[in-house]
Amino acid sequence: MTKLNSKIPEGLVAEKWDNYKAHQKLVNPANKRKLDVIVVGTGLAGGAAAASLGELGFNVKVFCYQDSPRRAHSIAAQGGINAAKNYPNDGDSIYRLFYDTVKGGDYRAREANVYRLAQVSNDIIDQCVAQGVPFAREYGGLLDNRSFGGAQVSRTFYARGQTGQQLLLGAYGALNRQIEAGTCKMYNRTEMMDVVVVDGKARGIITRNMVTGEIDAHFGHAVVLATGGYGNVFFLSTNAMGSNGSAAVKAYRKGAYFGNPCYVQIHPTCIPVHGDFQSKLTLMSESLRNDGRIWVPKKKEDAEAIRAGKLKPTEIKAEDRDYYLERRYPAFGNLVPRDVASRAAKERCDAGYGVGTGQAVYLDFKTAIERLGEDKIRERYGNLFQMYEKIVDENPYKTPMMIYPAIHYTMGGLWVDYELQTTIPGLFAAGEANFSDHGANRLGASALMQGLADGYFVLPYTVQNYLADELHTPRLNPEETKEFIEAKDEVQNHINKLMNINGSRSVDSIHKELGHIMWDNVGMARNEKGLKDAIEKISALRKEFWANVKVPGSANEMNPELEKANRVADFLELGELMARDALHREESCGGHFREEFQTEEGEAKRNDQDFTYVATWEYKGSEASPELHKEDLKYEAIEVKVRNYK
Amino acid sequence: MDLKLRVWRQKDANSKGGFENYDVQNITTDASFLEMMDILNEQLVNSGQDPVAFDHDCREGICGMCSLYINGRAHGPDTEVTTCQLHMRKFKDGDTITIEPWRSGGFPVIKDLMVDRSAYDKILQAGGYVSVNTGGVPDANALPISKIDADEAMDAATCIGCGACVATCKNSSAMLFVSAKVSQLALLPQGKVEASRRAKAMVARMDELGFGNCTNTGACEVECPKGISIAHIARLNREFLFATCKE
Ligand SMILES: Cc1cc2nc3c(=O)[nH]c(=O)nc-3n(C[C@H](O)[C@H](O)[C@H](O)COP(=O)(O)OP(=O)(O)OC[C@H]3O[C@@H](n4cnc5c(N)ncnc54)[C@H](O)[C@@H]3O)c2cc1C
Ligand code: SF4
Ligand code: FES
Repeated sequence: MTKLNSKIPEGLVAEKWDNYKAHQKLVNPANKRKLDVIVVGTGLAGGAAAASLGELGFNVKVFCYQDSPRRAHSIAAQGGINAAKNYPNDGDSIYRLFYDTVKGGDYRAREANVYRLAQVSNDIIDQCVAQGVPFAREYGGLLDNRSFGGAQVSRTFYARGQTGQQLLLGAYGALNRQIEAGTCKMYNRTEMMDVVVVDGKARGIITRNMVTGEIDAHFGHAVVLATGGYGNVFFLSTNAMGSNGSAAVKAYRKGAYFGNPCYVQIHPTCIPVHGDFQSKLTLMSESLRNDGRIWVPKKKEDAEAIRAGKLKPTEIKAEDRDYYLERRYPAFGNLVPRDVASRAAKERCDAGYGVGTGQAVYLDFKTAIERLGEDKIRERYGNLFQMYEKIVDENPYKTPMMIYPAIHYTMGGLWVDYELQTTIPGLFAAGEANFSDHGANRLGASALMQGLADGYFVLPYTVQNYLADELHTPRLNPEETKEFIEAKDEVQNHINKLMNINGSRSVDSIHKELGHIMWDNVGMARNEKGLKDAIEKISALRKEFWANVKVPGSANEMNPELEKANRVADFLELGELMARDALHREESCGGHFREEFQTEEGEAKRNDQDFTYVATWEYKGSEASPELHKEDLKYEAIEVKVRNYK
Repeated sequence: MDLKLRVWRQKDANSKGGFENYDVQNITTDASFLEMMDILNEQLVNSGQDPVAFDHDCREGICGMCSLYINGRAHGPDTEVTTCQLHMRKFKDGDTITIEPWRSGGFPVIKDLMVDRSAYDKILQAGGYVSVNTGGVPDANALPISKIDADEAMDAATCIGCGACVATCKNSSAMLFVSAKVSQLALLPQGKVEASRRAKAMVARMDELGFGNCTNTGACEVECPKGISIAHIARLNREFLFATCKE
């Protein structure tokens, strides 16, 4: 029996959210104080949710693994946030943002959720401006917009190349105000180790204090996970070093279904890999594609000469350059969606036209600098250019940047219904941690929008609707409740087990090995054989981990190696699940490209007949295969078409 | 290149720390400083020793989590970068590199090179925000803001809360950090409304937490990885004076 009920409200797609709000249950102000909500994560989704729930008067406990909520990974987002304001008067509307998002996601997202997202996008911009977020402005004093991939309008609001930072600091300010007011209590450097389920409902979490190693239990009438994405399964990604999939995996093991694990986003414009010691990949924002043109040499011999260091890109004449995106996709040009741009780069490099190590293409600003002047380019992208120069030691104002696709974002995540509730009642998931609104591919500048939509404008309603029925649930004392005591013991045993293996391999060496398997077999291009191989290899690596990993130090102190070991143990499980999901989905859609399913021109070939559904996986034990459940997707407001950016 | 490292090791907040020497070999100039530290740690783990604890997360200069005092300078020898963005090409083969945590009473050491910067959160909790709730706010374009003010607010808002300014200041003053937030919000009409109240509350909290006074040495500005200007301290003083005059 499946527990999947998406709970989409009645009515036309444009009326559903209003209908929901008109009929949802409320909690009166005096009672809110009696209800506890746990929010794990302080990124845009968690920070905004915690602050807003605190403002309403609920008692909120907030957790993050960094030393301050302000450092959540959302801080690193560069390019911008979408909204359907239509300030530039270029034909945007709520419907168009909705349409672009569903199409961008290759028709694998839930219509009702995406429409709501587009609806509340405008409120987000208003909210952020009211908080003092210094968005870029025109000389007339009004807000400026830029364009992002997959759209033909300018709907992206930005704060230089630091939009995520500014939005997060806005949410962090709101959270700080609630901490000062006493409605929110913050737990920094505290890692969630498990979800506690009592009588079928989520009632709390188990945590580890990362400074002292202490294991604690916390009660909540409801639990929100806003713990970000799991791109670090691949070891190298644009995510922060501590970004992890553990909270989601722990919830999955406790019965929350995992949605579309195989949908990962590979971002086309990242600084290429340059060595074995490398710890992470750095994104060069998609906004650069507004002014940068992507190319490789037209002639193979030129590419070879460049790779050998005998030729410079600036020496190649215009007619000898292949602006392959402009050539293949004239309507969208350099601004095609990410999955399309990434595959096109791989295609050129695999064919022998790559530059640098062979795994790189050029992103060139020469034309833009001639047109707009260096100052304008510096104003738009100064911090990105500086970042590039610090890493690569080349001046991108003078010579084109080298870029290559890298793992960036996970569209998959915990399955949630319209209320953002997982299959465990009382357990909500928000932001990148849920399987979300982006289908098989996310458009640029839409993750910030989704995180803040979930946090400011969706969860305050839906969590309240849930809590209205919990008024009579007394606060449980974790010290005296069987489920909490057992969960705490399990966590303690898990940690002891990791500490006692005392093998010969460092956590990182195993994580890197997993990363290679994932990148080679579950990365940009996948096929049946490679995926089957990956499942076998990961399973063997998992055994190796549990037999041979080495975690130095002790568990009762600050121990970064132990933290990593705990995360890598979960990544090993997640990697296998991703490969399984990718193997079962016998079609190409969005970020999921199966080599067996492509058109003659090498474009992704969907199979709507058989695969217009969300694949969700139910955990069946560590040795058993997970069970697949399907949520069929119905398109009522949008006609499903072949995605075309030509 | 081959390097000698002198690294501050300290078991926990209550233990006494000291320097330990380590050698690392074959470090490429393309590696970042923290990647060099990863290599050291891999070496320590493989030889059964406790790796060096240091804070880091984004590794692209934006989260503010990394710190480190390198050869006597906060965030090391390069200018306007954080430690995670510092690259080994700034060093030479055979160099000895001394690596210490932030040293300030306001930031106690947790372990090795990690310090506790929660005092920064507490200062901002005192008033580093605009007091509005979610929902019910005016349209984003209702109030035009001059581009010059918006740009200057953005300059101030780029502070990443890393703590280099405090670590560098001989008085352990947090004025640059506080002024960045006060200035950002005072420059915008949305934040102007409570600007002097905010300045007063944040300065009071800073004093309470034991940070020192600003004597205008300007050392903070030099080491700030985000180039936050001490001009913001002047604006903070203005708002502060205004708040005290009104009383
Ligand atoms: C380099 C980069 C640039 C980007 N640029 C853009 C952009 O321009 N526009 C856009 O729309 N999107 C962008 N994105 C995507 C976007 O930033 C993220 O998807 C989004 O910020 C995720 O927000 P979140 O709130 O879901 O999670 P996060 O911000 O990742 O926050 C996760 C939180 O969970 C906490 N946490 C995690 N695990 C645990 C645990 N076990 N215990 C306790 N706490 C835990 C963390 O401490 C953190 O507070 C970018 C992403 C990257 C990597
Ligand atoms: S003002 Fe500069 S040095 Fe001080 S915390 Fe902010 S970014 Fe760091
Ligand atoms: S690790 Fe984030 S700023 Fe250095």
